[in-house]
Amino acid sequence: MARKPSPQPEAPSNVSKDELLQYYRDMLLIRRFEEKAGQLYGMGLIGGFCHLYIGQEAVVVGLEACAKEGDKRITSYRDHGHMLACGMEARGVMAELTGREGGYSKGKGGSMHMFSREKHFYGGHGIVAAQVPLGAGLAFADKYLGNDNVTFTYFGDGAANQGQVYETYNMAAQWDLPVIFVIENNQYAMGTSVKRSTKSTSLFGRGEAFGISGEQVDGMDVMAVKAAGEKAVAHCRAGKGPYILEVMTYRYRGHSMSDPAKYRTREEVQKMRDERDPIENIRELLLQGKHASEEELKALDKEIKDVVNDSAEFAKESPEPALDELWTDIYATELPQGSAEENA
Amino acid sequence: MATEILMPALSPTMEEGTLAKWLKKEGDEVKSGDILAEIETDKATMEFEAVDEGILGKILVQEGEQGVKVNTPIAVLIEEGESADDIKAPAEAEAPAEAAPAEKPTTSAVEEVKTPAPDTSPDWPEGTKMKTMTVREALREAMAEEMERDDTVFLMGEEVGEYQGAYKISQGLLDKFGPRRVVDTPISEIGFAGIGTGAALAGLRPIVEFMTFNFAMQAMDHIINSAAKTLYMSGGQMGAPMVFRGPNGAAARVGAQHSQDYAAWFAAIPGLKVVMPYSAADAKGLMKQAIRDPNPVIFLENEILYGRSFEVPDLEDFTIPFGKARIARKGDDVTIVSFGIGMAHALEAADKLAEEGIEAEVIDLRTLRPLDYGSILESVKRTNRCVTVEEGFPVGSIGNHISAWLMENAFDYLDAPVINCTGKDVPMPYAANLEKHALITPAEVVEAVKKVTYK
Repeated sequence: MARKPSPQPEAPSNVSKDELLQYYRDMLLIRRFEEKAGQLYGMGLIGGFCHLYIGQEAVVVGLEACAKEGDKRITSYRDHGHMLACGMEARGVMAELTGREGGYSKGKGGSMHMFSREKHFYGGHGIVAAQVPLGAGLAFADKYLGNDNVTFTYFGDGAANQGQVYETYNMAAQWDLPVIFVIENNQYAMGTSVKRSTKSTSLFGRGEAFGISGEQVDGMDVMAVKAAGEKAVAHCRAGKGPYILEVMTYRYRGHSMSDPAKYRTREEVQKMRDERDPIENIRELLLQGKHASEEELKALDKEIKDVVNDSAEFAKESPEPALDELWTDIYATELPQGSAEENA
Repeated sequence: MATEILMPALSPTMEEGTLAKWLKKEGDEVKSGDILAEIETDKATMEFEAVDEGILGKILVQEGEQGVKVNTPIAVLIEEGESADDIKAPAEAEAPAEAAPAEKPTTSAVEEVKTPAPDTSPDWPEGTKMKTMTVREALREAMAEEMERDDTVFLMGEEVGEYQGAYKISQGLLDKFGPRRVVDTPISEIGFAGIGTGAALAGLRPIVEFMTFNFAMQAMDHIINSAAKTLYMSGGQMGAPMVFRGPNGAAARVGAQHSQDYAAWFAAIPGLKVVMPYSAADAKGLMKQAIRDPNPVIFLENEILYGRSFEVPDLEDFTIPFGKARIARKGDDVTIVSFGIGMAHALEAADKLAEEGIEAEVIDLRTLRPLDYGSILESVKRTNRCVTVEEGFPVGSIGNHISAWLMENAFDYLDAPVINCTGKDVPMPYAANLEKHALITPAEVVEAVKKVTYK
């Protein structure tokens, strides 16, 4: 999927300066946040598994630009970017990574398990593809309640080979559920490339067997993602059932922090970084179109660095959860807030 | 400003590693993403990428050095214009947060700080008018009443609608509530268990029917990992208020893959509630309670019991709280603890024992999580002997757990070892004689009681 950058990047005429700046800011926040998370992991402040989103930022930023209040999102364990993009606080996410009281799950979830009812973010799931039927279930609830919300259900090319995805496709199509299946095809399921795991030439094409339309999108181009996302959202909101977006993207880092990444060449990664980086692309557009000056972008970089550094400080200083937290949240005594009424 | 580069942790378990090779030398420019060095961990050789930009001012740990502790400064990055000579001796590396000092451990890993006194109140007021109904009718009536009461309650599963239920539990519900609320699914257990759980996370109250619990093994990941654990993993923000229900345990002559009691499996999981009723009254009261409970509830029914009739209170709204056992028969000589279809064997055994002058107290646990430890304890304190009866496999059974709990909490009251009567430790055979032999029988319960009463 690597292609040469177009010699003269040009923003589509219908994209405003503010919009470009917003994409730039949102993607850069994810990039810097993840770099910082990698650093804290190296320092031993973050434990266990930690899956970074670096390289894939345009996917979630482009799709979040299509969402309205009430729309839901759910994803896998590579979830930090999704949380930041839907407006969750960097502090709360970072403090969850360090396992502290100030984290979104009070330190009990970790990198792979965070949630926000307020932002309609339903996790954060560690079992590959489990979020796919769960996402369809969120959409089932919206349809049941008769609202026009849609659910973005993100999963990877690896999850696309799990059987439950196809059980879900079948039911989602049969019941016209308003769910967008977003396949983030970063080309590697841990260390196994798509080519080594399937003869299918496209993953979105598998939806045809169930009567689900879909398309492949350049996931290194945030505007292309946004355009495809709008089409998918319109399809779902119109009550036409599910839609599949196979977003072609690339993860620069290893699968998790302990991945030596011997399954691909250094050159392959470098080429992608040099030629297709989604953030650099927008930066070029901003500068060439004279929408922003170097100084303005530098100031923006600093602003983001400050947010990220602040989140890291917070995540270091927030205390570990009190020991009696061990015994809380196992059973609910009443329905968690924001149940059916808020979706009605 | 100089930045120290620290020896990174490159896996969840890494404490130290070997600095195999430097790929940059002092004075080299470093960009974010450049490979600085190769580091060997116990698992692999990893490339170590730069995060910050600058010039590699000084290498503090030379290549080839082994046993370099995580967080040891290995190099210093400087900005243009800075001199490496200005670098001061490396400061003490920032140590990872110390674990909180260990506090006094609780005596038991199960959160039962003290055993509450049993709730001995009657399940319904004295003098309540009773009606006779089957377990099947009781379950159907419970679901219909709750669906009537709350629009977010719906039923989904295989053949629950147009077919009227594989075991006719949902008969008539489609006509009454329509296809929005009685949802026929394809044969996709993991798929619809996941969709049901997702709907519950979004605030609906699904009842997910498994045609039998044998097929729930396909859906185990969603029951355990998605439904039971989300409340905890989300720090209390969202959970799955739902019921997974269906027949559980052996029916008759359906062979190994369709004959298994999963009570002990599900009861092992924190975050689930587990109900296994015997009588129709309990089936009704507990089903209504299960649908109202804000947690995932496993409701284990039994095909053989579906057609049996019991007296059920004729009340407009009747529920039975979880964690409240029922004393099905009073007696002073021995405590028999059972649940589900085990109760049929326990009660039959108690009748036979009475003919021989042994008065057994029979406790129907009704719910396995929460478990009514208090009622068991009170009874054993009086009888000093205990036999447990269940259909499931012997290893890791509910009876095993109760025995262990009694040993810890009632050791001085016991006059005999607790005996667990269970199904045999074999897959269920098909042949009629072998199947009968594999299942628990009243005769075995009688024998066990005689053993603990030394008679």
